[in-house]
Amino acid sequence: MTSTAPAPPAPASLEDLTRGLWRENPVLVQMLGLCPTLAVTNAVANGIAMGLATTFVLLGSSLMVASLRRFIPNEVRITSYVLIIATFVTIADFVLEALVPGIHKQLGAFIALIVVNCIILGRAEAFASRVTVRRAALDAIGMGAGFTAILLLMSATREVLGSGALLGHPLFGPGFEPWVIMVLPPGGFLTLGILLLLLAWRAKRRSLGGRSR
Amino acid sequence: MSDLIWILVSALLVNNFTLTLFLGLCPFFGVTSKIATAVRLGLANVFVLLLTALCAWFLNRFVLGAAPYLRLISFIVVIASVVQVVEMAIKKWSPALFRALGIYLPLITTNCAILGLAIFQTNRGYGFWQGMAFALGAGFGLTLALVLMASIRERLEVADVPAVARGTAIVLIIAACLSLAFMGFAGLGTAT
Repeated sequence: MTSTAPAPPAPASLEDLTRGLWRENPVLVQMLGLCPTLAVTNAVANGIAMGLATTFVLLGSSLMVASLRRFIPNEVRITSYVLIIATFVTIADFVLEALVPGIHKQLGAFIALIVVNCIILGRAEAFASRVTVRRAALDAIGMGAGFTAILLLMSATREVLGSGALLGHPLFGPGFEPWVIMVLPPGGFLTLGILLLLLAWRAKRRSLGGRSR
Repeated sequence: MSDLIWILVSALLVNNFTLTLFLGLCPFFGVTSKIATAVRLGLANVFVLLLTALCAWFLNRFVLGAAPYLRLISFIVVIASVVQVVEMAIKKWSPALFRALGIYLPLITTNCAILGLAIFQTNRGYGFWQGMAFALGAGFGLTLALVLMASIRERLEVADVPAVARGTAIVLIIAACLSLAFMGFAGLGTAT
């Protein structure tokens, strides 16, 4: 599932930054990085930590790939990208372990699994390896922010419905019966499915409205 | 011995890689439109997972004691290269097997289930045979999930799905139902 982006135009622009937020959102449009999107979004704190860690790795590896793009031989480029990404993930892993040990423990293996998050390798291959460092950085920030936003949306929905709380603070009175299923694995599939359903519904209404006008 | 069987059952059903740990979702959504393809991909996965467990055990036992911070990097590089080499060997010695599994092998290497297996195995401190049982359970669990999904999707072709739900949305909702069904196995308990 690689995106077939056409050869990008030369100057750095605002478009590089905003593309990842909505129009080419990595999760909703490109369907990349689904494993972490579903696995760690049972609480808002986990979603934020995963989003920021992924953004950090994305930014670091994009900068590195873009600055080394003239030196990496074409034949071994994927291996080199993976090595670069794995290095940044190791850094993120240790940093999270030092700063927020509780969240690090909850995320567990999924921090290390950022290495195989297709968003990062996808951006390195399709974008960062062909453009200037500045454009690669803008793109990485945009994609990272788009990914984090979706994680935030999913985890807020799941935590509010599933535990009746947001960031650990209870929202409803004791009369609220939590929908436990939402914080369990099926809730992840269900939340993303419904999110995509709503998007498709909106797109359909838009196209119908356009035709009648 | 019962320890090994327990690890296998746990990885196969209770903590199914795809439906409860969300590992290997790309093939789960990407290549589950035909049962035959799903079976082959699943078997190729079993094979790569066994190789991975072997590599991870070897690295943990003999190499990484000296440099644990290189764990992630060496896992990725070693697993990817071993799979490549084995793929070449199969191509040379058994063209029939290569045709059955061939194109999937390199794709599988970048699957999160593979690295996930290596990391879980390390975190839980599995020995050699435990690692093998874990890989078998995880592999067949993945195959089970792929085949279940593929058989539902073959039926879905003739079903009347509302236009907005076609594509990934309906697949995700089916996955939610399957995952819900697998929650039932949680009553068996989990191996650590």
